[in-house]
Amino acid sequence: MSTATFDGGIHPRYNKDRSSAEKIRPLPAPAQVVIPLSQHIGAPAKACVKKGDDVLMGQTIGEPGGFVSCPVHSSVSGTVLSVEPRPGAMGSPVESVVIENDYAERLAPMEGLGEDWKSATVDQIKAAISSAGIVGMGGATFPTHVKLSPPSDKPIDTLILNGAECEPYLTADHRLMLEHSDRIVTGMKIAAMALGASRLIVAVEENKPDAVEAMRKATVSESADVVPLAVKYPQGAEKQTIDACLRRQVPSGGLPMDVGVVVLNVGTAAAIAAAVIEGRPPLERVVTVTGAAVSKPSNLLVRVGTPIGAAIEECEGDLARTGKLIMGGPMMGFSQFSVEPPVTKGTSGILLLEHKEINLREPDPCIRCGRCLRACPMKLVPTEIAAAALKGTPDQISAADVMDCVECGSCAHECPSRIPLVQQIRLGKAAVNAARQGKG
Amino acid sequence: MGQTENKLYVSSSPHAHGGISSSRIMWTVSAVLLPAAGWSVYLFGLSALMVILSTVAFCAVFEAISQLMAKKPVSIRDGSAVLTGLILALTLPPGLPIWICGVGAFVAIIVAKAVFGGLGQNPFNPAMTGRVFLLIAFPGPLTRWLVPSGTGETLFNHPVTAYDASGSLVELGANNIDAVTAATPLGLLAENGAHAVAALENSTEIFIGQINGSLGETSGLLILLGGVFLLARRIISWHIPISFLGSVALFAAITNMIDPDHFAGITFHLFTGGVMIGAWFMATDYVTSPMFPGGKIAFGIGCGVLTMVIRLWAGYPEGVSFAVLLMNATVPIIDRYTRPKKFGWKRMAAAAKGGE
Repeated sequence: MSTATFDGGIHPRYNKDRSSAEKIRPLPAPAQVVIPLSQHIGAPAKACVKKGDDVLMGQTIGEPGGFVSCPVHSSVSGTVLSVEPRPGAMGSPVESVVIENDYAERLAPMEGLGEDWKSATVDQIKAAISSAGIVGMGGATFPTHVKLSPPSDKPIDTLILNGAECEPYLTADHRLMLEHSDRIVTGMKIAAMALGASRLIVAVEENKPDAVEAMRKATVSESADVVPLAVKYPQGAEKQTIDACLRRQVPSGGLPMDVGVVVLNVGTAAAIAAAVIEGRPPLERVVTVTGAAVSKPSNLLVRVGTPIGAAIEECEGDLARTGKLIMGGPMMGFSQFSVEPPVTKGTSGILLLEHKEINLREPDPCIRCGRCLRACPMKLVPTEIAAAALKGTPDQISAADVMDCVECGSCAHECPSRIPLVQQIRLGKAAVNAARQGKG
Repeated sequence: MGQTENKLYVSSSPHAHGGISSSRIMWTVSAVLLPAAGWSVYLFGLSALMVILSTVAFCAVFEAISQLMAKKPVSIRDGSAVLTGLILALTLPPGLPIWICGVGAFVAIIVAKAVFGGLGQNPFNPAMTGRVFLLIAFPGPLTRWLVPSGTGETLFNHPVTAYDASGSLVELGANNIDAVTAATPLGLLAENGAHAVAALENSTEIFIGQINGSLGETSGLLILLGGVFLLARRIISWHIPISFLGSVALFAAITNMIDPDHFAGITFHLFTGGVMIGAWFMATDYVTSPMFPGGKIAFGIGCGVLTMVIRLWAGYPEGVSFAVLLMNATVPIIDRYTRPKKFGWKRMAAAAKGGE
């Protein structure tokens, strides 16, 4: 039987061997944490502490700013130094709560449902997930309680746990599946109950046979299928994962729930288990610190709010050799201009690329070779979208299907002329969004 | 901490690249054509070498001049002008005067490419445009075919063959020198019918390439190997060459079956003239061929059918370059109607039904 996959996609150099054998180890909490109030897609949280306040570890310091929003918690105990804009992972400053760590590790009272979760109501479970501020830990950071609340006319029959981890270099999910498979499976069962999904699938790229084995063992007494996926980027993009596992295509402009599916990252499932059973919000997460300029590539358990510089130091990253510092993976991550931005709930990796690995070449003209078309997992025509984005009106850009682009970067990775297609497509999306808002 | 003395580059993702470059593609294709070019030099000697070197040099010079005039960076190193020159040279007969090679290079690089905006902008294959211009402007020199020189006679223990004016096959001895000219197999076919080339139909000469013709038309085998190499390296896809060659073969098979006296068979049509080099190296030019798989097949079939129609019924004995140019003109419309469905449309109807 051939392994499940999708049409299109690419085979980048994975570079996962550097860190895949490294056990998850905790990074000591820093003297100061900087906790952004916006670590999720949706409205930013509103700070509910002020300068001088004493806070406990796990205490809510930001209340959700709407339904599609999330609370934010302190990852240490100590004193609030300030609530102010601080450098964020996306380049611009983000309103953040700065807390001085007193190293007392005083925990806020946490009320979990314990093993009683099986007899809890769906609303109780969703409330636990919502108040723990759980977001998509794969990097998309969409609030999980919203994902678990589809409208009643969109019944969910299948829950897919995404352990594909198709981004090169990253091994955080891989280690989590090896070391915490039971917790992941518990989270999956909780989410399935909240959704009423009867079919459970764990999708793992087959370049992680040990993770496939670990998940099979953990699900042996469950009715879940562990599906090995072909090794191809972007296998873990949720529409491609669904297509590979179920041969269902999410309609253009639609969401997985339109085909009866919810996809959760394995890290999100583990966080759900902690939130529902122990009432513990995600105060830390696994971050892969790697790259050619890192001497000790590692999978670190990092407190939310820790500046990435601390993790780089721990792993002996050499900034003098570093040409590009990336939060996330090389395909979809964000390049940084300092080591100040903090690790957030969605930070899956910190990647230090050497100078010689960086593309500084001017693009050549498009020669219509078609490599971008073959690479595109959405079957779009990247060159046409990019051309429309640079020269067209918002209507023309929209007509080129710009909004179907998932910005996976496959086209630009394959382009022999090194045209910055994704960058141009993003400009096009911005133009279309601006025009829509103007009209709305 | 907090400040790095080091320069960190910030850009939009992706931050990784597969490593392929346009220039590497161009130089690879050029390198793959070298065995066929070398074979023509072996067969025709200096008269072939001069055509190749001068055409490539002229193309590079015209590329540089056009880019300097347009105040663009000179990009000869990307290999695209050299590749155009090499392909053009391989469509020309050995012994062609150098100044005519220069005119061909001018038309290819300046008229067919630079005028349209340079690399990536030209609707017509530059090398084909250059060749067709020469064929129409200088019909005499373009159809004066040298017979392979005596150097080839010991190859594979096969005698070198040529045709005398009456169309009969003659073996050339070691005393024959390279000043002999004769009609190409396709010329004979057009003038005298299939019986004139019957001896060639199943001979190894046309396969290995001990026949007269344009430089790159002589060895179908080397061109075929080069094409298969490009296919294996995924520089080209199978769609255009296979549909091109397939439609030529099918056309030849049907016409040959109807009237074997008049129409030559499959091997003859596949391995003579420009079909091999056309299918693997000219019709597959990225810039001037369709982008989508279905469109590539339509394009290849169009090239094959037009080639055969011209060969069998039109005024010229060979039609590959005309066929490719005519099909180049159809590329925008082919691209428009062969666009694949984007993700989320193909199976959407099925999903909607299943959901009920």
